[in-house]
Amino acid sequence: MSVATRNLLLFLVVAALIVSTGMLQSWNAALAIVNMGLISAVMALGVNIQWGYAGLYNVGTVGFVALGGLATALVSLSPVAGAWPAGGWRILGALVFGALVIAAAVFLYKRMAKGFARIAALAVLLVGGLFVYRTILDPAVAAVEAINPAVQGNIGGLGLPVLLAWPVGGLLAAGAGWLIGKTALGLRSDYLAIATLGIAEIVIAVLKNEDWLDRGVKNIVDIPRPVPYEVDLQASERFLSFISHFGADPVAASAITVKLMYAGLFLVVLLVLIWLSEAALHSPWGRMMRAIRDNELAAAAMGKNVTRRHLQVFVLGCAVLGISGAMLATLEGQLTPGAYQPLRFTFLIWVMVVVGGSGSNLGAVLGGFLIWYLWVQVEPWGNGLMHLVTLSMGDGPLKQHLLDSAAHMRLLVMGVILIVVLRFRPQGLIPGK
Amino acid sequence: MDILNAFVVFANFVLLPALTYGAQLALGALGATLIHGILRFSNFAHGDTMAFGTAITILATWVLQAMGVSIAPLPTALLAMPAGIAATILVVLATDRMVYRHYRVRKVSSVTLVMASLGVMFVMGGLVRTVIGVDDRQFADGARFVFTAAQFREWTGLTETLALRSAQVVTLVTTAIAVIWLQWFLKKTRTGKSMRAFSDNENLALLSGINPERVVVIVWILSATLATLAGVLYGLDKSFRPITYFQLLLPIFAAAVVGGLGNPLGAVVGGFVVAFSEVFVTYGFKKVVAYLLPAGLQPDGLLQLLSTDYKIAVSFTVLVLVLLLKPTGIFGGKSS
Repeated sequence: MSVATRNLLLFLVVAALIVSTGMLQSWNAALAIVNMGLISAVMALGVNIQWGYAGLYNVGTVGFVALGGLATALVSLSPVAGAWPAGGWRILGALVFGALVIAAAVFLYKRMAKGFARIAALAVLLVGGLFVYRTILDPAVAAVEAINPAVQGNIGGLGLPVLLAWPVGGLLAAGAGWLIGKTALGLRSDYLAIATLGIAEIVIAVLKNEDWLDRGVKNIVDIPRPVPYEVDLQASERFLSFISHFGADPVAASAITVKLMYAGLFLVVLLVLIWLSEAALHSPWGRMMRAIRDNELAAAAMGKNVTRRHLQVFVLGCAVLGISGAMLATLEGQLTPGAYQPLRFTFLIWVMVVVGGSGSNLGAVLGGFLIWYLWVQVEPWGNGLMHLVTLSMGDGPLKQHLLDSAAHMRLLVMGVILIVVLRFRPQGLIPGK
Repeated sequence: MDILNAFVVFANFVLLPALTYGAQLALGALGATLIHGILRFSNFAHGDTMAFGTAITILATWVLQAMGVSIAPLPTALLAMPAGIAATILVVLATDRMVYRHYRVRKVSSVTLVMASLGVMFVMGGLVRTVIGVDDRQFADGARFVFTAAQFREWTGLTETLALRSAQVVTLVTTAIAVIWLQWFLKKTRTGKSMRAFSDNENLALLSGINPERVVVIVWILSATLATLAGVLYGLDKSFRPITYFQLLLPIFAAAVVGGLGNPLGAVVGGFVVAFSEVFVTYGFKKVVAYLLPAGLQPDGLLQLLSTDYKIAVSFTVLVLVLLLKPTGIFGGKSS
């Protein structure tokens, strides 16, 4: 069997799994899996660019995904009336001031001689700067958060089309990636892992607590859609006459139509990204990246600037993650900072990349679909299994406990999949070159 | 100016909590750093190992409580802990046999081991949640306080007061015993010396006839024991929730890196450094300063550098600063 046929077969198997969900459960559920699969595939592509191309170990995926989600809110929401004059500009000023303090600290660190004087100067500058920063920031934040706190209390967005948020999300995440890459990329691999883990936690903490920015854990639930609403479709004459040709139920048909529209949008993004990554991988730049990944020392000896290339590829991967995060928030129509769990948005993505095949873009896509499908389906399967196991047991606390625990089966299954693939097929389903 | 009252406030809200938290982090970081010294990878499953040991200990505590066993005023969990430790040792030895040994024998790069530890983390997390669920659980019993705030005020007659919780005393005493014993074990016993030799130079250790598999088994046993200790003490002091234990991973790594990865004494110091920075930066010093300054100079704000929501940012900043300024940690550890 040639490699191409084998890959095609693998994709057909995943397609068959999803189609069977459509036939056995509902087409709506199947399309929901497809949509999330598309987004997961983009996330896996992003991680694969960093890990597969350059061997950079980023376990802060969730942070960049969340930044993409934040971009959706900041771009597409309409501005909150009065928030900018009340404190928005002042908040911006405080942030600029904070950045200046940090820049000054870096400058001092580089300019002053090593010793007690430098430490003291830095401490005074940073602590003093922090107090001034808080003095500028706090009243402004309070003023913004006081505006209609039940539904707003944030600065709102720019009121631009939501699709614009996708590239903006990419830019935002790329900017964060640049900052982190600048500080952490010189370190060895597991330090980078620990550092990215921390950054992600901080990004999530900011999203959860800075109510002026995104309402925090009160969530933003009115992100506009790039596609029509189901109820509008059901009220539209043209839509109704169109679906009457198929004799379909308007409610189900409208839900499926909306999901298909999303799927179309996501597919375009995914295809463009795959094309770009493949083109990059087969260009001289891609060959250089692989040379660096395979032997950093040799590549450095050939005059390649390893740290710069690492930074470049790290930023690119973060951008892709940001785009996927913006797509996710658009699909859900809301921003819920509490939902950004590292298990779900970091480690699951890693399972996708490893299972699909590190360094292979097609593999990342396959892994994205396959693992997302399993993630969704393992829970009902676990439930069924537990019901079967406990069938003969009398009702009691133990039976109830076992039934409840089925929900955690997916963590277990994902861990086992990761371990088994790493052990028996470390190159993944579709090996990279 | 009222130094005494200021100190009592400081001790109650900063010193005691930070000492306790630091001790818990130190135990966790010790386990992680030992693994790093011998097996040479960062074990991402360490937080969930702590959670596993604690979950089994909680189950054993419930069994003991149901049987009416009690060692009051000490918490029953201390009596139940050997069960948790034993179960955790079995589980980590099983994962070593089934997962890590394969890679160790083939001498693959440490990143693969880290990746495998992610898989183990998933499995452990799933196990813990299956066994005990995702909810917040309090399992401390026995006496809650060594002395309460009211008693302290009665004794001293100060305006400010101080309470000493038994969980704090238990944590500090247990940590002291564990750290001293570990130092003795590593420095004085034959096994401990062979472990240090293995950590310093693997090939040389192999040449001098040290059995690597035995060293690995012992380091897993130590790490599992320390993880369970840290987990149970943290749970007694605060509460047990699987996701919290996963989040402890970052401060624990930070502590281990601050002290120098692979350096046990450094891990202990690192634990306290991280804990004190966290508590210092997120505590509002208004009350303390109010006692120290004359009446005309009272502060307006809380004098809090960072809100407690950003605790995690503190351990991260400590970590990044150490990595940037002194990558081998303050006491020097492995850099490759």
